Amino acid sequence: MYCRIAIFRIVALCLFFSSPLVRADVNTGIAELDTIFTDFYEGKGSVRTEALDTLAAMPREDTRELLQGILDGDLMFHRPSDTIVWAVKDGREFTMTSLDRSADLGRDGSRKVKRLKLNNSVRAYIRQLIAGLGLYSSNATERLAAIEALIDTPAAIEQATLDELLSAEQDQTVLHALQSLLTRKQLSSDDPTIRVTAVKALRTDLSSESRAAITRVALDDEDTDVRDAATSVQQYHEQQVKIYGRAETVFFGLSLGSVLVLAAIGLAISFGVMGVINMAHGELIMLGAYCAWAMQQLMPQSIAAALVVSIPIAFIVTGLVGIIIERTVIRFLYGRPLETLLATFGISLILQQLVRTFVSPQNVPVANPEFMSGVLHINGVFSLTLNRLYILAFCLLVFAALVILLKYSRFGLEVRAVSQNRAMARAMGVRSARIDSLTFGLGAGVAGIAGVALSQLTNVGPNLGQAYIVDSFMVVVFGGVGNLWGTLISGMTLGIANKLMEPWAGAILAKILVLVFLIMFIQKRPRGLFPQRGRAVES
Amino acid sequence: MRAGKSRLSTLLFISAVVTLLVTVTTLNQLPAGHELHVGNFMVSLLGKYLTYAILAVAVDLVWGYLGILSLGHAAFFALGGYAMGMYLMRQIGDRGVYGNPDLPDFMVFLNWTELPWYWMGFDSFAFTALMILLVPGLLAFVFGWFAFRSRVNGVYLSIITQAMTYALMLAFFRNEMGFGGNNGLTDFKDLLGFDLRSDDVRLGLFIASGVALIFVYLLCDSILRSRLGKVAIAIRDAEDRTRFLGYRVERVKLALFTLSAMIAGLAGALYVPQVGIINPGEFSPLNSIEVVVWVAIGGRGTLYGAVIGALGVNYAKTWFTGAYPEAWLFALGLLFVLVTLALPKGIAGLRWFPSQGKKEGGT
Amino acid sequence: MSAAGNYQKPLIRRDRTFEFLIPQYVDDLDLSHGTALYLEDISVNFDGFQAINNLNFYVDTGELRCLIGPNGAGKTTLMDIVTGKTRPDTGSAWFGQRINLLRMDEAQIAQAGIGRKFQKPSVFENLSVFDNLELSMTGTRTVWGTFRARMSRETVERIESMAETINLSEQLNQSAGSLSHGQKQWLEIGMLIMQNPILLLVDEPAAGMTHQEMDKTVELLRSLSGERAVVVVEHDMEFVRALQAPVTVLHQGSVLAEGSMDDIQSNSDVMRVYLGTESTT
Repeated sequence: MYCRIAIFRIVALCLFFSSPLVRADVNTGIAELDTIFTDFYEGKGSVRTEALDTLAAMPREDTRELLQGILDGDLMFHRPSDTIVWAVKDGREFTMTSLDRSADLGRDGSRKVKRLKLNNSVRAYIRQLIAGLGLYSSNATERLAAIEALIDTPAAIEQATLDELLSAEQDQTVLHALQSLLTRKQLSSDDPTIRVTAVKALRTDLSSESRAAITRVALDDEDTDVRDAATSVQQYHEQQVKIYGRAETVFFGLSLGSVLVLAAIGLAISFGVMGVINMAHGELIMLGAYCAWAMQQLMPQSIAAALVVSIPIAFIVTGLVGIIIERTVIRFLYGRPLETLLATFGISLILQQLVRTFVSPQNVPVANPEFMSGVLHINGVFSLTLNRLYILAFCLLVFAALVILLKYSRFGLEVRAVSQNRAMARAMGVRSARIDSLTFGLGAGVAGIAGVALSQLTNVGPNLGQAYIVDSFMVVVFGGVGNLWGTLISGMTLGIANKLMEPWAGAILAKILVLVFLIMFIQKRPRGLFPQRGRAVES
Repeated sequence: MRAGKSRLSTLLFISAVVTLLVTVTTLNQLPAGHELHVGNFMVSLLGKYLTYAILAVAVDLVWGYLGILSLGHAAFFALGGYAMGMYLMRQIGDRGVYGNPDLPDFMVFLNWTELPWYWMGFDSFAFTALMILLVPGLLAFVFGWFAFRSRVNGVYLSIITQAMTYALMLAFFRNEMGFGGNNGLTDFKDLLGFDLRSDDVRLGLFIASGVALIFVYLLCDSILRSRLGKVAIAIRDAEDRTRFLGYRVERVKLALFTLSAMIAGLAGALYVPQVGIINPGEFSPLNSIEVVVWVAIGGRGTLYGAVIGALGVNYAKTWFTGAYPEAWLFALGLLFVLVTLALPKGIAGLRWFPSQGKKEGGT
Repeated sequence: MSAAGNYQKPLIRRDRTFEFLIPQYVDDLDLSHGTALYLEDISVNFDGFQAINNLNFYVDTGELRCLIGPNGAGKTTLMDIVTGKTRPDTGSAWFGQRINLLRMDEAQIAQAGIGRKFQKPSVFENLSVFDNLELSMTGTRTVWGTFRARMSRETVERIESMAETINLSEQLNQSAGSLSHGQKQWLEIGMLIMQNPILLLVDEPAAGMTHQEMDKTVELLRSLSGERAVVVVEHDMEFVRALQAPVTVLHQGSVLAEGSMDDIQSNSDVMRVYLGTESTT
């Protein structure tokens, strides 16, 4: 077994140099390197592996780099000088440097250099060597990578080495990885009781490697007890995978739902509270997304800050656009919902074309800042993408803010008064025209905020809004007009329903089915899930 | 009296359409160099406009007279178009790129081995003609059956019609549906044995569209002048009151909505051979809303207003997209806003037009 | 007693008829018992507001009846129930012996012979007076029937004579929207009569009328009764007195008192409810 020998030698050497983490700063001469490489280049079978072993065991800093060079084909044989050199392709020629990078060897044509011959077993051997070197790296990340590379061939590492590493390791993550490596090693132990312990230890590990190992043991192990233990763990794993699969679907559903709620909640205000059908709502979302883009253009150094700043900016910009729309068009059309629908549709066309003409007909790039990209690992089968998690949280935050605003502020009180009985509210001294403008502006501003959030998930282009308008209306109508809580619940329900159907129906068919369901639903309950009831509504 | 005026407008309308047909046909026969010659491109364009006018009449019938603002009529138009497209695809026979006599090209491309069941029968023109009316009619009937019975009204109805056409668009984009997916149906060769690319056939289709428009107009006019038409207006203005007089409102709505869908299907079927393609884009919600704006601009509640709107807006669109392509959406958007704000009765509401039936908004 | 006895009890109750045994919708109206409308144990609740509370109300054939009560007493809701606009939570509503109103929609109820005039005059404003009357006239109500319907000499004459009755001969070809408030009231009454109903529900006919018009309305309503049952809801006590008909007082969704106008005025319950404000007229 090449591997085991390889690592053993390295370990021996490292131990010899007393501290593995402080490699001797002695660069043995280039001549010695040349011999090794000549052996490697000319030799066969064990000669080559021995040459590699020698190389790996050399107390040089760049052994790892050299091994990687062989693997990646950056080290080549130069015919005229009959040496192995670093070669970088530059046009039709190669720029060469000596093995220890000390001398520039000039350039030569591509015919003069030759790749080193590698076969799969040699490649695997080199990888093992690199991994072995990594085990003693001073960098925790490199150690972790080295351990992970070994996880499927735990036999390559000696028990004693592992124990040694375990006792020396300080970093918790690396220690954890070492322990699972140990468990995996114990799986191939000769003692069935150790194997059973190992199997049981893997019970909590849902990673695909662990599950594969358990499956293998459940099938192949010669000992019945071990097989039984493995089978029970395997069943547990399958059950867990199923549960977490469902959890993941629900998460995706909630994520889609949060997008729907964000897109719809502004509409819920203008449609639900004011009874205004705003077909330009999608375009207001689009404008919000463009605000995020514009801020990033203005502050290219700090994308994250630009994104945060663009939230209030988008709110103000789209809110103002909304107020202008209300003052110039919608004001004249109160009580004529179908006309409002047509006029605002006209506005949506104008807004789209404005963006096409003055920005670009193409999509614009909006970058994801660092803190938005990344994954939250819960376990081996379940992880949450951070951007979706943030948007879910953001959606709930916006929702809560709106509920509080409408429920507890003077403005909210006036909005509700106007929506319930306009004439009475005016008689009580509420300036209903001003409230209308502000309410519509609020709905528009929230659409803008939704646009900023959406810019992190989808392409930002002039057609962004159109994709959401039908969905938004559906969410509002399904939830019951004039009911923010209804919008939240309906958005989340539709999101989850969509994601639940996707696995067996496909994304588009799922969407069609949801639409068909909604059409049927509205016919059954025209006032939505949470209707406003009473005599006043009847008329 | 009013009835007299209404007859007058009908007569005027029919003579205008006949004059258009005769003039264009005559001018088309002139030699190509002649300064009054109307080119074949223009003939096809006008033919297309006429099919749009039929669609506009269909929308006006339900919106202007019954108060149902359908944002999904493009779906019926497209379904009629697809039915015709399927017939035209079958007519290609083995002249397709793959030369497969049994399957249209796109099915060969998708490695399908046999024709799906719903393509059966489209070899026959009579069957196709039936489907052109039946498929949109059936969809409208089923949709309306549920919607009107549960009294879905006004904006809600508009939104679910929009959802309907949106869902259909998504469905037709799928290759698995067997309607050519994204690309739709195209590369048609001939219709009833006549070569679609020949000038005479183009002229024939133009005339057929004009005749169909006259026929549809007369049909709608006869309905609107009957007591049924008055019931429709009664429903538009005071639905509950009509119910308390003993009229089954949902049945009247269902009947006229279904009829309107069939008319839209007919328009779509005449449209497809003239433009040579039908694809899922025809289902897009934008198309349906555009039809509504033709009617709004022309003047809803008058049949000829709808026709004027359809022809006028589409002519403007052709001109704009040629001269100022950027400006077209601005112009259309402004039209939407200005007409609803300043001209709620449309062009036909201007003083010098004869009043036909009863106008006034249905909303 | 024993559990088995309790268990069987529902099966042997003689006072209950199973739902499926009740004939649901029978075309022919049966008024042989002399009662046109039966409302029994009706209750309606709007989101916690008890609009009608265990109401029992009967109208005899050919009777003229006034229905009064303060705002929110349930007068309009009662009419909504009879005409099918609102469904009661409990109770039964029968038209004659054989027509169950709760199983029918508005149009069926209207066709069965119940006509209604609304509180706000509601006519078809974009149609002419003639068209308004034509649409309300008895006759076919089917889609195809209305499409094929042609005006015969007699029907035109009938409409014209009705226009005369309601003083709108001059305005026959005018659109109904251009009429004055009082004229609209008259047109609506005319439409109601054209329907030829067995039972008329008239909601505040006198609102917006001059004294002369009111007198004429009283005369008309009185002449209608006898052949048809007429229920009039009215706030104007002078008008009610002029009708010289039995009065039913509704209060908080149930019947408070019934009797002649004089009886009602001396009824202490009614005086308490109205706080004496209207009892002196």
